[in-house]
Amino acid sequence: MIHLSGVKKAFNQGRANEFWALKGIDLEVPAGKVTVFRGPSGSGKTTLLTMVGCLARPTSGRVRLHDRDISALPERFLTDIRRSTFGFVFQNFNLLKGVTALENVMIPAYPLGGDHGALRKRAQDLLERLEMGPKAHSLAEWLSGGEAQRVAIARALVNDPQVVIADEPTANLDSDRSAQFLDIVAEMKGDGRTVLMTSHDPLVAEAGVVDHVVTMRDGVVVEQR
Amino acid sequence: MKWLNRQRALLDFALSSLRRRLGKTLGLALVYTLVVAVLASVMLFAHALRREAALVLAGTPEVLVQRLVAGRHDLIPADHLDAIRGVRGVKSAEGRLWGYLFDPAAAANYTLMVPTDRTIEPGSAVVGSGVADARGVAPGDLMSFRAHDGKLVQFRIQGVVSKESALVTADLFLVSEGDYRRLFGIPEGRFTDIVVTVRNPREVRTVAEKIDAALPDTRIILRDEILRTYESVFDWREGIVLLLLSAAILAFGIFAWEKASGLSAEERREIGILKAVGWETSDVIRLKAFEGMVVSLGAFLGGYLLAYLHVFHWGAALFEPVLKGWAVLYPDFHLTPFVDELQVATLFFFTVFPYTLANVVPIWRAATVDPDQVMR
Repeated sequence: MIHLSGVKKAFNQGRANEFWALKGIDLEVPAGKVTVFRGPSGSGKTTLLTMVGCLARPTSGRVRLHDRDISALPERFLTDIRRSTFGFVFQNFNLLKGVTALENVMIPAYPLGGDHGALRKRAQDLLERLEMGPKAHSLAEWLSGGEAQRVAIARALVNDPQVVIADEPTANLDSDRSAQFLDIVAEMKGDGRTVLMTSHDPLVAEAGVVDHVVTMRDGVVVEQR
Repeated sequence: MKWLNRQRALLDFALSSLRRRLGKTLGLALVYTLVVAVLASVMLFAHALRREAALVLAGTPEVLVQRLVAGRHDLIPADHLDAIRGVRGVKSAEGRLWGYLFDPAAAANYTLMVPTDRTIEPGSAVVGSGVADARGVAPGDLMSFRAHDGKLVQFRIQGVVSKESALVTADLFLVSEGDYRRLFGIPEGRFTDIVVTVRNPREVRTVAEKIDAALPDTRIILRDEILRTYESVFDWREGIVLLLLSAAILAFGIFAWEKASGLSAEERREIGILKAVGWETSDVIRLKAFEGMVVSLGAFLGGYLLAYLHVFHWGAALFEPVLKGWAVLYPDFHLTPFVDELQVATLFFFTVFPYTLANVVPIWRAATVDPDQVMR
């Protein structure tokens, strides 16, 4: 489904502080499976996910989605693909403060111009499914870590994406909450979605729901299983 | 429909964003409203005054002839009337009697006139609304003044002039010719000045030159000249106020730029999140433009309404002394409300447009950053 070949990414290219975060990645991500990227800090896991999720373009190399080369598309097209194909769960959730949980979930769908009532219902249903119904009208800053994450998951799913990308999803959760998160991942997988995660957490890499583990170090893939 | 839904969703979200930053929004809107209110007040006030002046001039004769003695205005003899009537092109010439009278009881000056278009019974007077208010008189009441020789002259109020324009009629005191002459001691056969009407309006200047040649001891005043004087006086006064205001406008400009463009770290983070979850740069800019428009449009409407109330209901108390000049003798002066569309459009363009731009340009710079920043 997602195919990376010779992907490299440099930051501050041409300056004294030039840094190569990815040094040539060749990878195949299968559809409908759960893939975990693991490795120490600075190994390039998150940078790789930003390439896959159309949040940034590689310095060189190709990223193909369904056999379509998306690595050199202009921003508008990348945004369109990002919106329709990917849902993101960020490490620190990145919910908008001062906004209710429900509206946070609805935000990615605003630029699509769908019916407001239908969108509201869809967002509410997602929150109910993630057992966050009673907190729908709570402001984001009032939510606990686990609650904020479930709102972030609902937000990632609101546009019904094929691929969900989660960056260190269990970094701010205790073991119970992490296990709960993995249950949700299993549900997403059950829905036929592809899930990509980065994680330091052995609990995640060794979970039964995970199909594919990619180990990275210093910007290269060192092991795949 | 999809487009409309999209705009509606963005507008809804813009309103909710403004609510989230309520303190900043209200502070900005308040200052903005006040600046628009002051600017609009100057415009409305100056325009209304000009309109009043135009009304005054509508009733002003095309040509006025005054006698000069040693360079000063003097009474004009009645035989000048015949000389003027003899000039080719003159339609009519009438002597006018008018002057000013200080009323110590009201500490105000009245314009005393003998009307040419109506007859006033001897011993009666018709007064302007300002006079009636200042002295608290109504038709049937008595008012008395000391004449030039110290004798008391009494008038019974016959009526109050309907006020088409308060500026024109407020201080009027209309009396009969006999009463006027008795009050000021002006003998028969003398007038304050002479009004002349001309058959062909295009020949006004030629006729004026002929009168000037026939009567060398007079000066001729044309309506156009008075119009120019009024215009320059109002322009000059408006200019002074605008000059004083320019400092305030500049300060507002800096304030608005700082407030609108000074994106906080939180706002930058929000823009990054919106882009990461699938918003295009144009969506973010549209959102911020909506925010700017809501603030500036609200402030514009509020400010204009405030200016309207200030000028037409509260007597433009803020800059009345500067702009009204000699008109301070009316204790209760109300301008006739008048709003000019072009003026509204001009003010709109110079307030709403720059603010919205000041709002959008820095956002555009922030919104073009890569969305992957939120992942770092």
